Amino acid sequence: MFLQHVADGILSGAIVGLGAIGLSFSMKMLRFANFSHSELLTWGAYSALIFLSFAGSFSGSFDTIGPFSFGIPLVIAMGFSCLLTSVIALLLHRFVYLRLSKTAGHMTMVFASFGVALILRHMVVLIWGSDPIYYSNELQLAVLLPGNVRVLPDQVFLLGLTVVVVIALHLFMTRSRAGIAMRGVAESPDLARVSGVNVDRVITFVWIIGASGAALAGVLYGMTVQIRPELGFSLILPLFAAAILGGAGSLYGAVLGGLIVGLSENLSVMIIPTTYKPAVPFLLILAILYFQPRGIFGEPEK
Amino acid sequence: MIGVVAYLVFFLILALIFGISVLGLNLQWGYTGLFNAGVAGFTAIGAYTMAILTGPSRDAVFGGFELPFVIGLIGAMIASGIVAIIVGLATLKLRHEYLAVATFGIAVSIQLVCLNWEYLTGGTLGLIGIPNPSKPWAEGPLAQNAIYLLIVIIVVGLMFCALERIVKSPWGRTLKAIREDEIAAASLGKSPERVRLEAFVIGCMIMGLSGALYVAFIGYVSPWDFLPILTFQIWTMLIVGGSANNRGALLGAIIVWGVWTMSGFIVSRVVPSEFQAQGGALQAVLIGLILVVTLLIRPRGLIGEELHVSRHARS
Repeated sequence: MFLQHVADGILSGAIVGLGAIGLSFSMKMLRFANFSHSELLTWGAYSALIFLSFAGSFSGSFDTIGPFSFGIPLVIAMGFSCLLTSVIALLLHRFVYLRLSKTAGHMTMVFASFGVALILRHMVVLIWGSDPIYYSNELQLAVLLPGNVRVLPDQVFLLGLTVVVVIALHLFMTRSRAGIAMRGVAESPDLARVSGVNVDRVITFVWIIGASGAALAGVLYGMTVQIRPELGFSLILPLFAAAILGGAGSLYGAVLGGLIVGLSENLSVMIIPTTYKPAVPFLLILAILYFQPRGIFGEPEK
Repeated sequence: MIGVVAYLVFFLILALIFGISVLGLNLQWGYTGLFNAGVAGFTAIGAYTMAILTGPSRDAVFGGFELPFVIGLIGAMIASGIVAIIVGLATLKLRHEYLAVATFGIAVSIQLVCLNWEYLTGGTLGLIGIPNPSKPWAEGPLAQNAIYLLIVIIVVGLMFCALERIVKSPWGRTLKAIREDEIAAASLGKSPERVRLEAFVIGCMIMGLSGALYVAFIGYVSPWDFLPILTFQIWTMLIVGGSANNRGALLGAIIVWGVWTMSGFIVSRVVPSEFQAQGGALQAVLIGLILVVTLLIRPRGLIGEELHVSRHARS
């Protein structure tokens, strides 16, 4: 059972890690705790649904790929979902957060993110209703791994995709000019600006990366669990726990934080009743803020 | 006509009960700058304490002491205060958004306990049969509600006067000093940690009081009444009314609760019954919009903080 919990923990941790990248970046580079970030996961999951229903109505059903429960349309839907979620994030930035950052303090942005979260979450209920939805009704056979661990092919795909995304982001952050500029802005926006970095463009990138990570996490959650309006909201504490654990602004910190959150949530059921599982990320947050307030990869405040 | 009056009484009772929570939050955020995102958790503690102390005794569930209403109110404040001391000691050294995340987590955890610790809280079913103190005094729902409204008005009045006094006292000025510049306040010999904890605990006790009044009015307590959306509603009331202004806090409670109930009423009339879940969502979207629009066009709220100039600087 222990190994099964570890496997489940890594899988749910990968989703949390992907989702937490944007939250971690926004805490560091936009300098506010964005409580509406988790709703981008929900919108990511439902955006893919929009694409799938269009694809389905135009061309009937597609064959599934190999052992997976999905076909080519879902892969394209992931791209579409990243796009639509990024557009939503940029609109929010343009019409709410950017204006507030100019006229008011960053606490006002946190309040606004409460309001935005309420709007986004309940818009989903308005449009799609509150019943859970699934991308596919295909039945999948679990693969039996050594140690009596069962995983679904979709979950293997989830883990692979997470690894690919993290490597791609790492290359982007270390090799591309935009990525290096982004790290500069994270260090010091003023210094970056006088060095000729276009800070506004960098911030646009931060939103796109954060929203795309959230969208992918949402789709993967929808694929392996289910799609429902509280999808993102139920992950809000795990996401914050991952971002804080890893240290704001750190790519690996967010992913590693996600894995720690996922593992401790799933392993906790061996010692506490399952019903109290949602409190585990909160305990992690308290512990990390108490002992290591900057997170594992966070740099000390200067 | 009677219907309108009855509804108005009912509406005011709930609006003012929320107003009490907003007053507590105003002490924490408005005057001291403490970002408590766990309001729902502290009202829940007050509510359950009230239910346990004054409710009827039952099998297999703790409590049901059938104590008087006033003891219930005091007990609710004490219970919320004790939890607030523990929470405050653990979290108050955190700043702003980290405090928000931590207190949000506390509220989620408290709700989980309410939902799952059946021996204490009755689990998902909650606790029922909590006596309404106006019952022995009047016949019929309208008269009873009128008496309950009177009780709530007295409590709100007492809270309002007490808070107005303490925020204008030297202690209240210390709160604002800490909010504005903690290091400067500490250099003047004030103890920010201690004062922040005091403000946090008093604020949470007031939220507990509000929860207790709520359950004694509706007669039962359910874990589903203390979801995070309650915290967001209370925050919206404070922001709309104007933080650091106790009048603003009460005004915000009445306006936001007015919008909530009116939109709920319209939805229940206009929207067909199979789409009622969506109707509820519409209400939440509206609250979110009010919050965001207020922050964008009038960040200090309808009546925000009054500026004070020291009388020593005036001459």
